[in-house]
Amino acid sequence: MTASPALSDQELAAIRSDFPVLGRRGEDGRPLVYLDSGATSQRPRVVMDAMRDFAENHNAAVHRGAHTLAGEATEAFEDARAAVARFVGASPGELVFASGTTGAMNLLTAALGAASEGRGQGLGRRFAILPGERIVVTQAEHHSNLVPWQELAARTGAELAWLRVGADGRLRLDDLPAVINSRTRLLAFTHASNVTGAITDVGAVVAAARQIGALTVLDAAQSAPHLAVDLAALGVDFAAFSAHKMLGPNGIGALYGRAELLEALPPGFTGGSMVEIVTMREATFLPPPNRFEAGTQAVTEAIGWAAAVGYLAHLGMGRVEAHERALTARLLSGLAELPGVRVLGPAEAAGRLGAVSVDLDGVHPHDAGQYLDAQGIAVRVGHHCAQPVHRALGVHSSTRASLGLYNTAAEVDRFVAALGQVRDYFGAGL
Amino acid sequence: MSSLDAMYQELILDHARHPHGKGLAPTFDGESFQVNPTCGDRIRVRVSLGDPAVGRAAGGDLAVGWPVVADLTWDGQGCSISQASASMMGDLVRGKDLSEAAALGEAFGELMRSRGRGIDPDLADRLGDAVALEGVSRYPMRIKCALLGWMALKDAVARAATGDASPARIPEGI
Repeated sequence: MTASPALSDQELAAIRSDFPVLGRRGEDGRPLVYLDSGATSQRPRVVMDAMRDFAENHNAAVHRGAHTLAGEATEAFEDARAAVARFVGASPGELVFASGTTGAMNLLTAALGAASEGRGQGLGRRFAILPGERIVVTQAEHHSNLVPWQELAARTGAELAWLRVGADGRLRLDDLPAVINSRTRLLAFTHASNVTGAITDVGAVVAAARQIGALTVLDAAQSAPHLAVDLAALGVDFAAFSAHKMLGPNGIGALYGRAELLEALPPGFTGGSMVEIVTMREATFLPPPNRFEAGTQAVTEAIGWAAAVGYLAHLGMGRVEAHERALTARLLSGLAELPGVRVLGPAEAAGRLGAVSVDLDGVHPHDAGQYLDAQGIAVRVGHHCAQPVHRALGVHSSTRASLGLYNTAAEVDRFVAALGQVRDYFGAGL
Repeated sequence: MSSLDAMYQELILDHARHPHGKGLAPTFDGESFQVNPTCGDRIRVRVSLGDPAVGRAAGGDLAVGWPVVADLTWDGQGCSISQASASMMGDLVRGKDLSEAAALGEAFGELMRSRGRGIDPDLADRLGDAVALEGVSRYPMRIKCALLGWMALKDAVARAATGDASPARIPEGI
């Protein structure tokens, strides 16, 4: 038996009724079991309603124009920024809107690249990355927190080094002293792996980085939807996360940066909306966060995101976490009973999230996913935009069930039962 | 038979479990490496071409045909659909000339785009075992799996034509 969920059955039923898509039925006529929240979460009605209300009643260009609508839109946009910032323990000026986690990471690497090329004058010099200096990432990264750093290393001549993942799917933090050298300028790492679900001991990485004055960049795309995340308390310098994984719309995410750092960082993307004075030869830039928000922003999506964090905050992230942890424990113990099923990542629910990837002996994930889909169960199959961590664990790809706050114990049981039939269907158990 | 059972016919699972032509020949005239970005599955296809057939056309003139696919080998990892499809493709095109091989590729593409409605029976007959993959056409997300090998074949033939027999480079390492 696992611990009782922190959400009562009645509360969970009420939550589920807030998500229209959960009423869908699968190919077999049974209710859809959505276990792909790690890829994108479903949205409660309040998010759609907020976006529709904005579009119908307040839509205008923000930060320009003096008419009533423009004022309302600007206020709503900045209120949204404040709401999202508050949700992750940041102040509004520390939250830069971006297109998503990938967009945020590219925004940051573009800015660091600009600083490395001498932009940003004196203040920006602290961000310059020189040939032979080191950028540290980890084997557990989603491609969005890996490929931009590969490219920045190639542009600056920096050396890329990485922390490895152990057989249990956790980062080998014991290797930190060996991986970080005196020339290390930056450590980019995930708060929680989208494949193994393992939660990183952020404090240990931050402490190691501070000893040598390196910057820390946290990928919070997987953690922000499932844990109470306080970026200021975690002590990281930068962080990125996406709305669409935390009940919000896609097309928007954020880069968090500590205020004094954003103050000094030159922009990587430039153009309209981020400038003060523009002449034919040069321009001066606005203070952060606007300095980093070139061009028209996803205003409607920001409004939707604010509604999403409002929904999560109302439930309380502690309760969300407790509910999901109980489901994760149930899922893991169910999987442990299945022959030929190997969990890629920690076998216990402690210190991990409910993104649970498995390798099925003798069955390709694509085939497994197709079998599950025919039973109305939606999972992710493939490498989940994280090829190196699969390679580290000795597989090419996997089948992943990832939980959301709206999932139930009965859904977990249906998934485990169906997964238990997959190897027989494909003759792998024979 | 459910749609799922229609897609995973025993013939397909047999090819997937015991694929034909899997294992790369050391020599070849053209090679291609293809990746399915949705799952990361990959395939490498090598073709060796034989001399074109020379014969008398109807009017008695000497006619030179297309080079023949003397051998087709492949390797890769992927789902049962991609593996079975590559296995069936090799069986189908070995010994055919390039014109016929291209026509078979077109016919197979048409089968995949048929959304379960089927294709002209005469055309279907020419596809051999590969016609069993018709069930895939009901699953738009899986068509790429079935076409992966055929895309590699088309590319490998094009590379053979340009004399570019160098192996496709892929990043190695962890």
